[in-house]
Amino acid sequence: MSVLLIAEHNNKELRPFTLNAVTAASQIDADVHALIIGQSCGDAAKALSELPLVKKVIQVEATHYENFIAENFAPVVVKLANDYSHIICSANTFGKNLMPRIAAALDTSQISDITKVISPETFLRPIYAGNAFATVKSKDPKKCVTIRPTSFDPCESSGGSAPIEKADAGEEFNQTKFIKREEIKSDRPELGTARVVISGGRGMQSGDNFKLITSIADKLNAAIGASRAAVDAGYISNDHQVGQTGKVVVPDLYIAVGISGAIQHLAGMKESKIIVAINKDGEAPIFSVADYGLEADLFEALPQFLEELNKLNTIQK
Amino acid sequence: MKILVAVKRVIDYNVQVRVKEDNTGVVTDNVKMSTNPPDDNAIEEAVKIKESGKATEVVAVSVGEEKAQETVRKALAVGADRGILVKADGILEPLAVSKLLKKIVEKEKPDLVFMGKQAIDDDCNQTGQMLSALLNWPQATFASKIEVKDNKLEVTREIDEGLETIEINVPAIVTCDLRLNEPRYASLPNIMKAKKKPIEQLNASDLGVDTSPRIEQIKVEEPPKRKAGIKVSSVAELVQKLKNEAKVI
Repeated sequence: MSVLLIAEHNNKELRPFTLNAVTAASQIDADVHALIIGQSCGDAAKALSELPLVKKVIQVEATHYENFIAENFAPVVVKLANDYSHIICSANTFGKNLMPRIAAALDTSQISDITKVISPETFLRPIYAGNAFATVKSKDPKKCVTIRPTSFDPCESSGGSAPIEKADAGEEFNQTKFIKREEIKSDRPELGTARVVISGGRGMQSGDNFKLITSIADKLNAAIGASRAAVDAGYISNDHQVGQTGKVVVPDLYIAVGISGAIQHLAGMKESKIIVAINKDGEAPIFSVADYGLEADLFEALPQFLEELNKLNTIQK
Repeated sequence: MKILVAVKRVIDYNVQVRVKEDNTGVVTDNVKMSTNPPDDNAIEEAVKIKESGKATEVVAVSVGEEKAQETVRKALAVGADRGILVKADGILEPLAVSKLLKKIVEKEKPDLVFMGKQAIDDDCNQTGQMLSALLNWPQATFASKIEVKDNKLEVTREIDEGLETIEINVPAIVTCDLRLNEPRYASLPNIMKAKKKPIEQLNASDLGVDTSPRIEQIKVEEPPKRKAGIKVSSVAELVQKLKNEAKVI
């Protein structure tokens, strides 16, 4: 039976991790249908139809879908679920908020945050902040699965021409009201998809000192991350947090600055290809996962780092 | 207003978790157990709301083995008025827990149910949303700020893109982020007082909920180990290695 993928978007365009979720869905079954729920989301639906792995797009629009309220979204998915063996979505805050509502309505035990499709019933997923990996097999007739986007490559984004069908909107759930969203706009690459990430921790000592990190991020076209300690201390906003309860990143290069390396932080970055740690405490656990460790005072090391990078003059995208 | 807070007993967040040699799970014998960290935030928030005069009672509930009573007791020591333990053995999936919590909600009729956004053992991030769906109540997940307004809550949620604010009507479910507040420590007199607070014990089987797992855990393995790295002596050496050896800049 076919797989139903729930697209994540902002009503104008697809969020990048939708492409990773399509890849995961296609590994379960080749017949991937993509559902887009929103308001005036025609352009995003069109982008979805152009993904070669998507065989059909189902578009559902209503004003009460504009702000992605899970209480409004879940019944739409549940109504369509009959025709599908699997419901798939990314395990970011959109999918985490939505999928369990769908699973409970379908009386299905959800499998969260998979990193690998072993078979249509069997999946690999990290538990205990990635300190263990469980191979789990769903015995439910219908499977609700969220995928860890960084564990799957994004699918091809052009060349397809799947038909777009419109489906009827459901009723509005009137006990939840959207007030506002404060998105932090940035010209930098997104944290989740950046090729290079440079993160600061408590060792940064202040939000102002993050400018040392910013200047290097500018040079390397990197995204900026942070440990929970740095976010809690108010040095930087929550959308930068990397870790068990923040974002999981798998860049080619991850530079951890003034981060001790609690297991909760390692959970969000230890799959990175190359890890660099800069910390003045030579015993910090971050060094145990670092390919290159530099035991140094970050306030001396970061300006030198920038200077060395300037000498190289190799700005890459 | 009455607030029900669900708390889970998990391996303490400071413990380095080890996989059992037979790959059936992780080692829990002689391992320190604690309250799931964001559940501490859920209790703290409920107690704060009660202290501000906007709630009349805080009830802590846990689902799990007999020893989960310690987790309920800890909630009582930081200000919950009474406790409920729903005893159930073996692996409990979030779907089963949410069905049991629904039974407790029907019995206790709270106005709000709080819990942590995610348990740090199975990392599922499901129970609050599932309970919300089963009750058809509004949900505010990943809450970092809660404002109580008559029969409404204004909740700030942490989302990938930043922050989102929603207003939900009571009764409602809130799942709490670690940044919601700073959980207090239990004082010794309060720990002593908590010993006298009542904990009602129920059996999951008596609540008419089938808790048998729907997911078969085939094996649990260690994550792949990273190969040991090197220490570099200077920034210049670091940059050279990144350029010429790792070729990432």
